[in-house]
Amino acid sequence: MKAMLIRGGRVVDPSQNLDDILDILIQDGKVAKCGKQLKDSQAEIIDAKGKLVTPGLVDIHVHLRDPGLEYKEDIGSGTLSAVAGGFTSIACMPNTKPVNDNHTITRYILEKAAKEGHCRVFPIASITKGLSGESLSELGELREAGCYGASDDGKPVGNSEMMRRAMEYARPFGMTIISHAEDLSLVGSGVMNEGPVSTELGLKGIPWVAEDAATARDIMLAELTGCHLHVAHVSTKGSVELIRQAKRRGAPVTCEATPHHFTLTDEAVRGYNTNAKMNPPLRSEEDRLAICQGLADGTIDAIATDHAPHHIDEKNVEFNIAMNGVVGLETALPLTLKLVQDRVIDLNRAIELLTCGPSEALGLPVGGLQVGGDADLTIIDLDRKWTVAASQLNSKSKNTPFDGWAMQGAAVCTIVAGEIVYKLD
Amino acid sequence: MAFQHKHILGIESLSREDIELILNTGDAFKEINGRDIKKVPTLRGKTIINAFFEASTRTRLSFEIAGKRLSADTVNISGSTSSVVKGETLEDTAKNIEAMAPDIIVIRHGHSGAPHYLAERLETCSVVNAGDGAHEHPSQALLDLMTMREHKGRIEGLEVAIVGDITHSRVARSNIYALSKMGARVRLAGPGTMLPPGIERLGNVEVCANLLDAIKDADVVMMLRIQLERQSQTLLPSLREYARFYGLNTENIKLAKEDAIVMHPGPMNRGVEISTYVADGIQNVILDQVANGVAVRMALLYLVSGVESMQTQ
Ligand SMILES: [Zn+2]
Repeated sequence: MKAMLIRGGRVVDPSQNLDDILDILIQDGKVAKCGKQLKDSQAEIIDAKGKLVTPGLVDIHVHLRDPGLEYKEDIGSGTLSAVAGGFTSIACMPNTKPVNDNHTITRYILEKAAKEGHCRVFPIASITKGLSGESLSELGELREAGCYGASDDGKPVGNSEMMRRAMEYARPFGMTIISHAEDLSLVGSGVMNEGPVSTELGLKGIPWVAEDAATARDIMLAELTGCHLHVAHVSTKGSVELIRQAKRRGAPVTCEATPHHFTLTDEAVRGYNTNAKMNPPLRSEEDRLAICQGLADGTIDAIATDHAPHHIDEKNVEFNIAMNGVVGLETALPLTLKLVQDRVIDLNRAIELLTCGPSEALGLPVGGLQVGGDADLTIIDLDRKWTVAASQLNSKSKNTPFDGWAMQGAAVCTIVAGEIVYKLD
Repeated sequence: MAFQHKHILGIESLSREDIELILNTGDAFKEINGRDIKKVPTLRGKTIINAFFEASTRTRLSFEIAGKRLSADTVNISGSTSSVVKGETLEDTAKNIEAMAPDIIVIRHGHSGAPHYLAERLETCSVVNAGDGAHEHPSQALLDLMTMREHKGRIEGLEVAIVGDITHSRVARSNIYALSKMGARVRLAGPGTMLPPGIERLGNVEVCANLLDAIKDADVVMMLRIQLERQSQTLLPSLREYARFYGLNTENIKLAKEDAIVMHPGPMNRGVEISTYVADGIQNVILDQVANGVAVRMALLYLVSGVESMQTQ
């Protein structure tokens, strides 16, 4: 493999408090050297002057839909979407058909990713078999096969004892339990956030307490069991505050927020826009601001997309019956950079939330640029202006609420294990 | 003043002037309904499709009669909102209908936003909302206003109590918009489980603690139908208790102004939200509402059709 020298970029790696103009030499897929004025006559030179060079971005909440729902997305198209968005590692949720509740499915995902994927894929196991909430998946073998965490994402574990036992069982295997925190009895048949907008549109609401109540339960179970709990897609002010307090007590809790929850509110649903329908739903401005605060003060550890591809036929219907979810891999970076432009967080924090923040939350062996480590890098042009065109997305599905949005900042080169997997000209 | 709207999707998007024009047009059409030959040639050659995806007897009948009295060809289709899995999509249904070149589609649908969905996707024909989910029911609010104006001589300044399941009521939402735009004041009352958050932001609305506060000195008392099918155990303990705390009866009606009128969008649950004695009492204008429904729907069909003259002779 040819060596590669990335020259003159601003290297930001929050995992080692690095922010400097540096060269990076890559040999055999690893970071060989990092320093000033590096030379290598054999290496392919990549000029990164004026650009940002970061560890490859990490998204720990992606729905790849493979196996079984390939008409929405597959491992090839999903990972292409990822690298186009600057991501070099993604964790994929187990709600496939069949569910990733045993090591055979995990191995299928990993093998297909090795063959057809464009970036690293870390499968997440289901907590319970078939997401039924009734009996534990074989978490030990799933961990062995490569699952760092387990989640019944999309179908929260309603039975509190089941969740307790899952945490007790997962803990010695070093697995993270990822909670999709929703009390389904409070969700009922709700289709959007409960508030003035749902009242006006005549749509059934989902109150904030549906999330807060479940978050509170899972935090307490984590404290009881000592298992690491990661709360997925935090969307309410109350959840952010519950997690903030839990962290103060030293509870083993991390959490993530999505770009759509820190960018949009339930106002986006007006006009019965099914591309603004997701679960948890877009909330109020007060909730959005609380998420921004949580991103800034360290309560929220990671930005994760909850990339949820759906076919046009599943969105081009009445709001009540449209599927939940939006694609997010190709818009996450500029939306995060928008937080920097809007002075909500600084650039180093933004990169932290997209690299070592998520990798540490799930215990993944990626997210930094240590010498000797895998050469996963993203080169970012902070000034590049572009407009989102849903039809141009690399994902098979086009269900984005950001179609037509003017963005600033883009990944211009994505490198996985020393190989360029995506390049924007 | 010309009517600028191709579709009638809700009262929210109408101006006060639009509402006045519709009511005045309704008044003019009303006279036809008392004639021997109840038919004018206004919409001759036009085709109206009443697409009712949710059960309804009187609204569909009212729209059908309205269309026929204007000499339009009216066709009814019905379907079930719940058969989404096996059935074709609403878009396909609509495009198929449109391919037969109707001029107006009147739609009733269980999903909020369904008429807006159609209006966005249909190229030529007008869409008239005959009730969508818990969102709007514009023709009902307009016939209610027409009835109030007839009995009270005005709408501006009226105190209107609306009582019942506000959360699931499209009638309440459309009336709140319409009454607020026309300068009336709306007081709402209902069980705590049936008052949605932020409802006061829809217009000139006061949410009252109980039925009595809402109807005290009211000019108009509008009782909503308790939807028996929607009433689950988590919303109401019993219809008996509902009748006791939120039902209109000969005693509590005395709190309203002496000349107050009593309205109901129908069909009534006698003995639940309204006692038989009030339902059949002299203050009741419920049958006037039904009669005005035809007139106001004639007005809506005429106004969206773009036809120049009413041709009431
Ligand atoms: Zn989820």
